Amino acid sequence: MATSTPRTANRWQVGRLVERRVETPTAQTLVLEVPDWPGHLPGQHVDLRLTAPDGYQAARSYSVAGPVVDGPGGPRIEVTVQRVHDGEVSPYLIDVFGDGDPVEVRGPLGGWFIWRPEETAPVQLVAGGSGIVPLMAMIRARRATGSKAPFRLIYSVRTPRDVIYADELRRRIRDDFGLDIAYVYTREAPEGWRGEPHRIGLADVNTHGWPPDLQPLTYVCGPTGFVETVADLLVGLGHPSRRVKTERFGPTG
Amino acid sequence: MGIVSPGFQGRPRTQEPALPPGQYLTEDFPVLSAGPTPRVSLDTWEFVIAAENGSEYRWSWQELMALPQETPLVDIHCVTRWSKLGTTWQGVSLDTLLDGVDTGAHFALAHSYGGYTTNLPLDDLRGGRAWVVHTFDGAPLPAEHGGPARLLVPHLYFWKSAKWVRGIRLKTMDEPGFWETAGYHDYGDPWREQRYQGD
Repeated sequence: MATSTPRTANRWQVGRLVERRVETPTAQTLVLEVPDWPGHLPGQHVDLRLTAPDGYQAARSYSVAGPVVDGPGGPRIEVTVQRVHDGEVSPYLIDVFGDGDPVEVRGPLGGWFIWRPEETAPVQLVAGGSGIVPLMAMIRARRATGSKAPFRLIYSVRTPRDVIYADELRRRIRDDFGLDIAYVYTREAPEGWRGEPHRIGLADVNTHGWPPDLQPLTYVCGPTGFVETVADLLVGLGHPSRRVKTERFGPTG
Repeated sequence: MGIVSPGFQGRPRTQEPALPPGQYLTEDFPVLSAGPTPRVSLDTWEFVIAAENGSEYRWSWQELMALPQETPLVDIHCVTRWSKLGTTWQGVSLDTLLDGVDTGAHFALAHSYGGYTTNLPLDDLRGGRAWVVHTFDGAPLPAEHGGPARLLVPHLYFWKSAKWVRGIRLKTMDEPGFWETAGYHDYGDPWREQRYQGD
């Protein structure tokens, strides 16, 4: 994994869809072959740009979901797209964008919400819904680089069917030493789950996160209300603001 | 024109108002910040302009409120591509605050409670184009939108409108701020689509 090189990051290049994976009823992972991809850090994002026949363009940002994968035609990156109701771009990417179709890609972008695999501090990840995507990039990079940094993930979802990367997370919790995962279900918990569905609260963060005296690096990603709540809880528990990095998503299409 | 995406039409756009390139309209007010929301008490709040020669000009909350108030009605444009039209604010013009500040500086670095910074040419804070605002849509500015007070510089991408603003340092040399050192454009003109370094 190289760091970004601004020269390549700053121009649009053409990627092609080479693979698609259904993650949940509303989220899909798109694997894009991007021949001149310069590499990226976990947590960074790309802009994808679509052009209509009349020249109209729409671009949106998507977090890169994991490290670069080598393919026969060159480097591949993955993004996971959550369908936005009434969206302009996500319904196209999920329903229309076809195998081999081109899309313009710019990146990697964003130099703040990133985790560097050489960091050894404990890492606390808190995801709401599709906020898991950049955090999964960190979990996958940890595995890929053999990092021993202890990781804890708290993942809030509406129902068990909404868990993105569900199978892989089950595997990683078994195989990746030093990774703990706790789920919070807001609407419907799985069969046999202890506790009632609820929104994330102090007890969840206190029980499943790292205590402030271990000086963890914390990354929180999700919808605005979720991130506001979690970040306030963390500061209230004594985590210094400067070690709590947040990424909020509002309406994007 | 880019590579045509097979089957992509985009939204119907005959009624679209004039937006900067690459922007789309939103009705609500998304929140984008890099960390937890600082909570700032009005009792200790202050706004400080520090000139390049070391002199400082300070306003308490009461002193800010006692200055002439303006009610800008402006469009705002976020680099993440949402635009919001016709937003109403209340606050104090930077012209008012800079009046009487002895400076030959060309650059300003706004800094915030919580540590955020962003840089602008000083000229962009003058001429009725920038305010320190404390009221949005008739109500006190909520903390997640930068309350108690934020900078409002609507002719630039909204990351230049520093939330939780605490002061402005006037500088003879340009010094990039938080997002500007994280890959974003130094100036950020939405009409020229200056999103990232190199645009």
